[in-house]
Amino acid sequence: MPSPKPNLETRASDDWPSELYRILKAAEVRQMSYVPDAGHSQLIRMFSADRDVITNVLTTEEEGIAIAAGAWLGGQRSVLLMQSSGVGNCINMLSLSAMGRFPLLILVTMRGEWAEFNPWQVPMSRATQPSLEAIGLKVMRAETAEDLVETAEAAASLAYESDQQIAVLIGQRLIGKKQW
Amino acid sequence: MSVPSQLDRRAAVAALLKDRKNTLVVSGLGSPTYDLHATGDRDDNFYLWGAMGGAALIGLGLAQAQPGKRVVALTGDGEQLMGLGGIATIGVARPRNLDIVVIDNQHFGETGMQASHTGRGVDLTAIATACGFAATATVRTLEEVQRLAAQLAEPADGPRLFVIKVRAENPPRSLPSRDAVFIKNQFRAHLGFAAA
Repeated sequence: MPSPKPNLETRASDDWPSELYRILKAAEVRQMSYVPDAGHSQLIRMFSADRDVITNVLTTEEEGIAIAAGAWLGGQRSVLLMQSSGVGNCINMLSLSAMGRFPLLILVTMRGEWAEFNPWQVPMSRATQPSLEAIGLKVMRAETAEDLVETAEAAASLAYESDQQIAVLIGQRLIGKKQW
Repeated sequence: MSVPSQLDRRAAVAALLKDRKNTLVVSGLGSPTYDLHATGDRDDNFYLWGAMGGAALIGLGLAQAQPGKRVVALTGDGEQLMGLGGIATIGVARPRNLDIVVIDNQHFGETGMQASHTGRGVDLTAIATACGFAATATVRTLEEVQRLAAQLAEPADGPRLFVIKVRAENPPRSLPSRDAVFIKNQFRAHLGFAAA
């Protein structure tokens, strides 16, 4: 009996950042802002090389909430990338998205929850989902690449077509262990 | 410490925006929102009642989405001080159609007129210059504001930040709608976008 053939088909798990880029481009996102995170580094590179998307590097994550509202006032869709530690910086500024019912899509890479070396990441990790929900965002979570692709597509549709404020939390288990 | 300005904020904002034409204006919470409304309620005004520190950055997102239109973020010293990092972000983004105008009474007027940093040596124009802004200035008289209004209509190589020093007082409030969804939809309709 022949041994089972390995599955050589490219799976989403090999390249989920490219899948996120494809989804956001299909959703006609024209502005992207970010505070860097290792988990987002490939997506940041892809957007930075894209002349059809304006990219803003931020000094603190809440700036991206305001930029996204301004972009929408001017007729453009914006996406915001950050890690979970940055969510705490955003809370009061999220009043803007809530009060104005501005479409908002935040992709949050989680730290402090899975094979984390730096204990300082843990408290904000624990507070990420409750604090986002307390200020009125809908939180969606993905733990596998396949789930992330499906979740991001649904989140983009909810945000940009239904004027909702959505955070997609990307589990640290999916991002992989940071090498120290 | 500088000599307190005697300029009336309502007269200054009225002179600044008198010939604004199709300039889009975002106002920071507190007095700048009342000042903007006092010049006349318009569909191309976006008034903030919160989101402190966000006015200039809403201006950035808007300016990037509407490169053919001039955008003014009209805000106060306290509001801009909360968004100091945003000056760095805007300096790097380098929009050529965004101006930040700070109506600077050197106080937190909405909360009891406590002294702010700008009366104690902190210079927002110096910060903007250090962040690569294309032009900055501080003005103190109505004549200077009138010249500034003409300068706002001129093309720029990058973002500009202007400080208008005004007298520390709270004129009677001129209150726009606090319904941000209504204001948003009105603003977007002005630019030709349908409500969802």
